[in-house]
Amino acid sequence: MNNTVIDAHNLTRIYDENTIPVYALNSVHLHITKGEFTAIKGPSGSGKTTLLNMLGGLDEPTEGYVNINGTNITQLKGNKLIDFRLNNIGFVFQSYNLIPVLTAQENIEFIMLLQKRPKAEREQRVTELLKEVGLIEKAGKRPGELSGGQQQRVAVARALAPKPQFILADEPTANLDSVSAGNLLDIMAKLNREEKMTFIFSTHDQRVIDRARRVITLEDGKIVSDTTPAPLVHTNS
Amino acid sequence: MIAKLTWRNLWRNRRRTLITMSSVTFAVFLAILMQSFQKGIFDNLVNNVVSFYYGYIQVHKQGYWNEQVLDNSFFYDDSLVMKLSGNPDIKGITPRIETFLLASVGNTTKGCMLVGTDPVKENLLTGLEAKIVEGKYFTNNEQAVLIAEGLAGKLKLSVDDTIILFGQGYHGAMAAAKYPVRGIVHFGSPALNDGLLYLPLTQAQFFLSAENMLTSLAVGIHEPEKMPAIQQQLLSVMGKSYEVMNWKELMPDIANHIKADGSSFYIFTGILYLIIAFGIFGTILMMTAERQYEFGMLIAIGMKKISLGKMLLFETLLITLLGVILGLLISLPFVFYFDKTPLRITGKMAEAYERFGFEALFPAAVNSSIFITQSLIVLVIAFLIGLYPLWHVSTINPVLAMKK
Repeated sequence: MNNTVIDAHNLTRIYDENTIPVYALNSVHLHITKGEFTAIKGPSGSGKTTLLNMLGGLDEPTEGYVNINGTNITQLKGNKLIDFRLNNIGFVFQSYNLIPVLTAQENIEFIMLLQKRPKAEREQRVTELLKEVGLIEKAGKRPGELSGGQQQRVAVARALAPKPQFILADEPTANLDSVSAGNLLDIMAKLNREEKMTFIFSTHDQRVIDRARRVITLEDGKIVSDTTPAPLVHTNS
Repeated sequence: MIAKLTWRNLWRNRRRTLITMSSVTFAVFLAILMQSFQKGIFDNLVNNVVSFYYGYIQVHKQGYWNEQVLDNSFFYDDSLVMKLSGNPDIKGITPRIETFLLASVGNTTKGCMLVGTDPVKENLLTGLEAKIVEGKYFTNNEQAVLIAEGLAGKLKLSVDDTIILFGQGYHGAMAAAKYPVRGIVHFGSPALNDGLLYLPLTQAQFFLSAENMLTSLAVGIHEPEKMPAIQQQLLSVMGKSYEVMNWKELMPDIANHIKADGSSFYIFTGILYLIIAFGIFGTILMMTAERQYEFGMLIAIGMKKISLGKMLLFETLLITLLGVILGLLISLPFVFYFDKTPLRITGKMAEAYERFGFEALFPAAVNSSIFITQSLIVLVIAFLIGLYPLWHVSTINPVLAMKK
């Protein structure tokens, strides 16, 4: 059985091609299988976010391609690409993740509304997800009324709502205190363990790196190491 | 939920939304009030000067209007009336013989216009009887005059006093007679109020030695909007021996004034709308700039650009619609009030209006088309401005939008 979720081949991203070329990514090959809990680390400017953007179909490579479950997303354009992202990729950004005028519940439901799912299904899933991230009692709160950690948990729930193939999380703990970061990582680890949800993080945060089962290190747009540390044993922060 | 999101987005920056909405409200209010006054004033003017005396259309002998003398009168018989009365759009036809002459009382003599008219038909067309402020209306063949209030004042005449008229009749015949004053009539238009004198048609024809002769047929119509079509019909029916003129041709000064005033209104409202357009555009520009990151995030998670653009367009339309509704609600009582209680202008401004033959009265017209037109114009402006975020969203690159 083929468990490949992402197959990135020869990913290269060059900025200022016509003047002095800057390689944000340089011939990156990456293979992600279902259920991975992978951290991409590296110093600032090493290409972590660029790689994540390409895996998420937000940015186009100068060379190479990204294949997700057999679909070459590099060839998708416009609404087809947006639809693909909606139905296959979950995103958790560093901050300002949620729509500020919608409640936690509405933020999660919103993405399923974009998928045109029936109301009953949406409501059931929202409840499940809020329970999953431990925020059922905060369902009616707007982002401004939630702490940073709670907002990120809602963002994770929203990313899970459309039942994606994998979740890309760009520095999800960067703005969180250690307790909130630990709680968030616990939730993601649990989802990974119990639901086989694939997570790919770009991070500087050692707490995330410590919990990852695969750590890819980027430097100057190249993968300099790709290791699989000891299996995840933490369940608490 | 999109509707909910749109609505809540409006109130993210409550103060800015309220300022934008207020500016739209003010524009709609001002535009409606201005146009209602403009229409009210012009309707009143047309009523005063046109339907109160001239009729919407007049038929004369060819050349009469350029040389308004009795020798340019025409013979009036039933066949002529038959030609005109078949048209269902015509409300009434009043035969008249008109000439300028002198009116004298004691040592005072004033120039005036004598109008010989059929009392019944005149009343049907212009409601002359209702304008009687003293005395009573005259009847056919009665040897008595009705005199306009202003002229009566200048001649210091009252009801039952005698007035002496003298002038030139048909083909240079001498015309002189004295008549009792049966009634005094008031006209809104100072020009008419200071110069008109009525005699029953047959008396006037006899006085002027012009039996069965007329200088004009004043034609009243049911719907002023049909005036050009009716004029064309009459032109073809009457033939080349007659001239058929509408009130705009009879009184080009007034028609030009209305046209010029209409143009200045359009310029003024144009400036008003331009200011409002920039106001709304400023808000939209700020709104799109502030929410750049959010737009990028929404597109990244799977919201189609067209859906996002539509949402922003609805936000623009909604903010404008609220302003328009408020503007309509505020303007309604004002327009109704000034319809019932017109502004009366006094002083030098009033004199200036009166010199043009206007009654210095500013009523507002209650006309649903004004409310609809002004609201639609503002909404169309908002729609056009709302296309900007639609275009802006289409150019968003989510990665760049989410870069801080």
